[in-house]
Amino acid sequence: MREITFIEAIREALRHEMSLDENVFVFGEDVGGFGGCFGVTAGLYQEFGPDRVLDTPISESAIMGAAVGAALMGLKPVPEIMFIDFTTVCFDYLTNQAPKVRYMCGGQVKKLPLVVRTTSGGWIRAAGQHSQSLEGWFTQVPGLKVVMPSTPNDAKGLLLASLRDNNPVLYIEEKALYGTAGPVPEEEYLIPLGKAEVKKEGSDVTLISYALMLHKCLEAAEQLAGEGVNAEVIDLRTLSPLDHHTLAASVQKTHKAVVVQEAYEMAGVAGQVVKSIMDHSFDYLDAPVKTVAALDTIIPFSPPLEDAMLPSTGKVVQAVKEILG
Amino acid sequence: MELPKEKLLEMYKTMVAIRGFEESLADAVTDGTLPGFVHLGVGQEAVHVGVCSGLRSTDWISSTHRDHGMILARGADIKRMRAEIFGKATGYCKGKGGSMHLAAFDKRAPGCNGILGPSQTINNGIALALKKEGAGNIAAVIFGDGAAHRGEFHEALNLAACWKLPALAICVNNQFAISTCVDDVCAVEDIAARAAAYGIPGLVADGNDVMAVYEAVSETAKSIREGKGPALIELKTSRWRGHFEGDPQPYRTPEQILEDKKKDPIARFAGQLLEQGVATEVTLQALKKEADQELQEAIDFTDRSAYPSEEEMFTDLFYEEGRNV
Repeated sequence: MREITFIEAIREALRHEMSLDENVFVFGEDVGGFGGCFGVTAGLYQEFGPDRVLDTPISESAIMGAAVGAALMGLKPVPEIMFIDFTTVCFDYLTNQAPKVRYMCGGQVKKLPLVVRTTSGGWIRAAGQHSQSLEGWFTQVPGLKVVMPSTPNDAKGLLLASLRDNNPVLYIEEKALYGTAGPVPEEEYLIPLGKAEVKKEGSDVTLISYALMLHKCLEAAEQLAGEGVNAEVIDLRTLSPLDHHTLAASVQKTHKAVVVQEAYEMAGVAGQVVKSIMDHSFDYLDAPVKTVAALDTIIPFSPPLEDAMLPSTGKVVQAVKEILG
Repeated sequence: MELPKEKLLEMYKTMVAIRGFEESLADAVTDGTLPGFVHLGVGQEAVHVGVCSGLRSTDWISSTHRDHGMILARGADIKRMRAEIFGKATGYCKGKGGSMHLAAFDKRAPGCNGILGPSQTINNGIALALKKEGAGNIAAVIFGDGAAHRGEFHEALNLAACWKLPALAICVNNQFAISTCVDDVCAVEDIAARAAAYGIPGLVADGNDVMAVYEAVSETAKSIREGKGPALIELKTSRWRGHFEGDPQPYRTPEQILEDKKKDPIARFAGQLLEQGVATEVTLQALKKEADQELQEAIDFTDRSAYPSEEEMFTDLFYEEGRNV
């Protein structure tokens, strides 16, 4: 199968859906002729024109408000918020507006097709306001789905599924994955939201993660294999709603789990996964469930400090060894 | 008066109906039967009826938290309005929105917003959809003098002007943002003057004169329909009651309120109708009687209606294909 990059896979999904459905339109800061600050929307303006690919002022609230209003009217807006760190200046729309409008009007509006694309993660040496992993905040919002792909294949399939979901979806792209390549079918395919995937089968311990950290878990599994430990690796893919079933099936088989996230440790997705394991698989556990996460401090600019602050493959291996005893 | 007699009498009846509706809610707060809190628009009837009369039924209008009147003026069902405010299953939003989040999509009134600011940016999305539709309809949004100080006011008007949207921003300046007088927090005499910053028309009208409001809105709407881009109208008025019902209003004197009451928009309109021979005292009294009867029916309907069932707690949270089309 042909290989394309993570960025190309996202662009391919956008182009595919824009070609099929004239209600889909893309807008945000620098997404037009410039092609987006990371190049995701490159070429779309030239292909679909100024009515379908719109540059906006640096007005995140205006961007998100227009998205909610357009979705209410049956259009399918795909706004881009350049960094997830910038969702702080339009937080209301992702928490109070888009996720609540259908519910609070008693279902007078049925479909609310709105996919907000944004980027997250560190390792770009951009310090504390451009490097965060804030996905956990949004998993606390009823009415909002949160999706975070780890491979080009999933990036395309999950984005197409998000665009057809008719609910507000926060689709988070990890910047450090943008340049990674992988096999991606040319034809249309949808990866259902709310379904995790077993990326590698194993029997001794379950490593649970998503996005870039999923790859750290796969690396850790490979290292552990050399030491006779057969780790199973699960990619959550959708963070809200969580796929409790896949988690339970795996942990009840391996009896041990390590949950890994790039976000700050406090009150994040990893903590919620641990709760899911406690709820469904407590009696099957042979060891405490460990988490590996960013340290609870502000992401420092200086590269050695950033590397030390964010989770690493080594920390995942270490956590597994601690519970294997 | 350029409007036909029937229309003028209907406007008068709606104004009277709104006042009766609001005062009945004040009574319900006093006797403890109304859950939560309400923001009553007594004294602002000319704004709601003038604005809605100046728009077409095919236009859209959204607003803020003090707008039972606006939705009633839009022709919404008074029974479902009242039932919603009392949290009943027969309400417009099945009892899940309440006073602050009323919406009547059948009247193209996507409703109030409990957060000040978003309705202005969301209106741009509605306007964008109407522009794409190309049927000459416009999207109007009402907000108060308080919400004119949110960043979203500026973000929304700037974007609307850049995209030349068919959007009409209507600032209802009732002089107080809760307890804070507009004179203390607004750097300009007229909020409408800010329109100059976005290169759009800005005008001020007497918000206590229903015909002046009607004329300002219908004239401005006409120019917006012609594709001339957005506009800002400021309607100067006053609210007779507190910010919320029960507000002791230490921030203004009883004398000030009495002064405001001298500008009663209903008495003023009645005077105009009598003076110009459009109606007699008998006609006006008959209209009030009709409105009172309809209110009593709405009260009975609400009292008879049940609260929503517990299953309703999770309906409308997400769109599910095939389930809630």
